[in-house]
Amino acid sequence: MFGTYLRRELANRRRQTIIIAVGMALAIALVIVVNAVAAGVQNAQATALKSIYGVGTDITITEPVTAASAGGQQFQFGSGAGRTSGGTRTIGGSRLRTDFGTQTFAATTVAKAAATPGVKAATGVLSLSNTTFSGQLPGGATGGFGRSGATPRPTGGPDGAGGSAFGITRVSVLGYDVGGATIGPLTAATLTKGRSLTAADAGKDVAVLDSDYATSAKKSVGSTVSIGGKTFSVVGIVKSTSATGSSASNLYIPLDTAQNLAGDKGDVSSVYVEAASADQIGTVKTALQQTLGSTMTVNTQADLASTVSGSLSTTASLASSLGLWLSVLVLAAAFLIAVLFTVSGVNRRTREFGTLKAIGWSNRRIVGQVAGESFVQGLIGGAIGVVIGIVAIVIVNMAHPVLTASAAAAGRPAGTAAGGFGGGSGFGGGGLGRAFNQVASSASSIVLSLPITPAVFGIAVGLAVLGGLIAGAFGGWRASRLRPAEALRSVA
Amino acid sequence: MYELERVSKTYRQGGRPVAALVDVDLTIADGEFVAVQGQTGGGKSTLLQLLGALDKPTSGTIRLGEADLGRMGASELTRVRATQIGFVFQSFNLIPTLSAQENVETALAPTHVDKRERRDRAQEALESVGLGDRVAHLPSELSGGQQQRVAIARALVKQPQVLLADEPTGALDEDTRGEIVGLLESVWKDRGLTLVVVTHDSWVAHRAERRIHLKQGRVTEKAAAKV
Ligand SMILES: Nc1ncnc2c1ncn2[C@@H]1O[C@H](COP(=O)(O)OP(=O)(O)OP(=O)(O)O)[C@@H](O)[C@H]1O
Ligand SMILES: [Mg+2]
Repeated sequence: MFGTYLRRELANRRRQTIIIAVGMALAIALVIVVNAVAAGVQNAQATALKSIYGVGTDITITEPVTAASAGGQQFQFGSGAGRTSGGTRTIGGSRLRTDFGTQTFAATTVAKAAATPGVKAATGVLSLSNTTFSGQLPGGATGGFGRSGATPRPTGGPDGAGGSAFGITRVSVLGYDVGGATIGPLTAATLTKGRSLTAADAGKDVAVLDSDYATSAKKSVGSTVSIGGKTFSVVGIVKSTSATGSSASNLYIPLDTAQNLAGDKGDVSSVYVEAASADQIGTVKTALQQTLGSTMTVNTQADLASTVSGSLSTTASLASSLGLWLSVLVLAAAFLIAVLFTVSGVNRRTREFGTLKAIGWSNRRIVGQVAGESFVQGLIGGAIGVVIGIVAIVIVNMAHPVLTASAAAAGRPAGTAAGGFGGGSGFGGGGLGRAFNQVASSASSIVLSLPITPAVFGIAVGLAVLGGLIAGAFGGWRASRLRPAEALRSVA
Repeated sequence: MYELERVSKTYRQGGRPVAALVDVDLTIADGEFVAVQGQTGGGKSTLLQLLGALDKPTSGTIRLGEADLGRMGASELTRVRATQIGFVFQSFNLIPTLSAQENVETALAPTHVDKRERRDRAQEALESVGLGDRVAHLPSELSGGQQQRVAIARALVKQPQVLLADEPTGALDEDTRGEIVGLLESVWKDRGLTLVVVTHDSWVAHRAERRIHLKQGRVTEKAAAKV
């Protein structure tokens, strides 16, 4: 009887069933999508960190930049430098320095970190930035550009307006331990051409290039690149393992070569640490901080995740704040709709329930019938919601939304446009034509992929059923309060 | 069958008491056919609700057999309704989404008879009211008279001791009225149950063994007039 009656009611009161089920379905679909976005963003953040810090890195050690060491770049040219033709002097230069925003420290830190209990491996890297400058100056200008600001103003130039034309190209260079480091940025990249650097390359002028950089700079295996005035031969090309996006640096060279080049003999700019087990990361962090002292910054992946910025973090906060509230709101609305429609449905069936009571149906049986109808409506809503949710997730995944992420923490290996021009005041007047060619890129772009998590679907359907039961409780309560004598009220 | 002693029923309407029944003393014997007449608002439906265990009196006692209905709890009254009393309503009160067969089966739902027996008994009840060929019809696919037959089958399927009908022909035309009254009469005779019919219609009332008049909640009995 229960099943037959329930089926007939749902089939015959289709409008009510559809409204309740659709309301519930939309709410459930929203919950599923918001959850999927949140999970997808979390995955994306992990991917972003991996492409920047490498796979297996649990902790990074850096030293905060102190004001004194954060000086700008300077190009020094003697008065006779460059070639002069027709009143215009063409000058150029290449300078390698530690990356802006990066503080170097003694490589002994690597050994100290490695000796700390709970540390499985530690490796040091040196992030450098190679800035190539080339441009034309009016003939009368003399060298000595820098922060002094006392440089004579250039007058007249090749652009006819009395200015100068400069091109500045910045390339990020990462020196890493070629002696078989198991962690570090390159673990998140795969070799696509040529070979990797090996222990035999230590101290040599060889480089591996990021494939994106190689493409834009038109370099390949066998080409040469100039770093800090030295010529390096390209032996391999690597590509980031994330679906889109570049690897951590434009160029990779042996650590000792980098140290020699930069004049930072024996210094590194970051240490990557792998903990012996994932659940020890917290303890290892504390131990490292104690060993190294408070002047060093020790960050876990979780600490670093909060430093990821860009559209990725915007999406993350959207998913967690707006998405959450929207879900709660829509869910509450769906519950309310279900309750109101169920109660009004019971009111319309006053005579029906009165009659059933008059012929001997107990309150429990009638409440059960009403609750059963709502429960099934909720279940239908949940099922439709799951379908809509899956469809929405599939559509989003097919659209391949690309998010950008940049790590804003000190000690990031790749630079940004900031700090490109040291001092700058030397170029004050004269209508300088700035031609930045910003090849280096610190932002890694990541394709947002929404996961389909069975547990989320379970919870979503549970919510729909809960909504149905709440509506059923209200409706049933209403029905239970009907007097059987209502059945005798003539004419509905 | 029924014994009513000084039964009163007072409703509260917007804070004001409305006396629907006043000190009613009434005895209805087993197997009796009683018609209840009276002007509108006289308390006929109220009396039938008390006889049908749908409501309790404000004062006085109502005995159905040995049981005092006024002292029973809600679940006991439900039990009495489910097993001993059949109810027929003026506007049929069938469940619109259920077929004739299923409507009749609703009366057996609280009695825990198994599915097959329920189906067989419902089928039988419909045949006994002449609707053996209409079991799958929805109420909307049946005429008024046929719907009331389904309602009578629903009231009879539990084999009650009492059949109570409130204006059972009030919504029917004259020919159908005759049919329905004839049907009620024949089940009363065949099954020996107690039949109480509330009616405005003196033609219907005159078919009863005994007629009771209710005026402003008080009983005035007319001389028994057997047909
Ligand atoms: N639920 C109720 N609440 C308040 N007053 C009620 C209620 N039911 C009935 N009454 C009042 O009790 C009195 C008797 O009503 P009842 O329905 O028993 O009359 P009736 O004889 O069946 O009338 P009718 O012939 O019109 O059906 C009326 O005055 C009515 O207004
Ligand atoms: Mg009445």
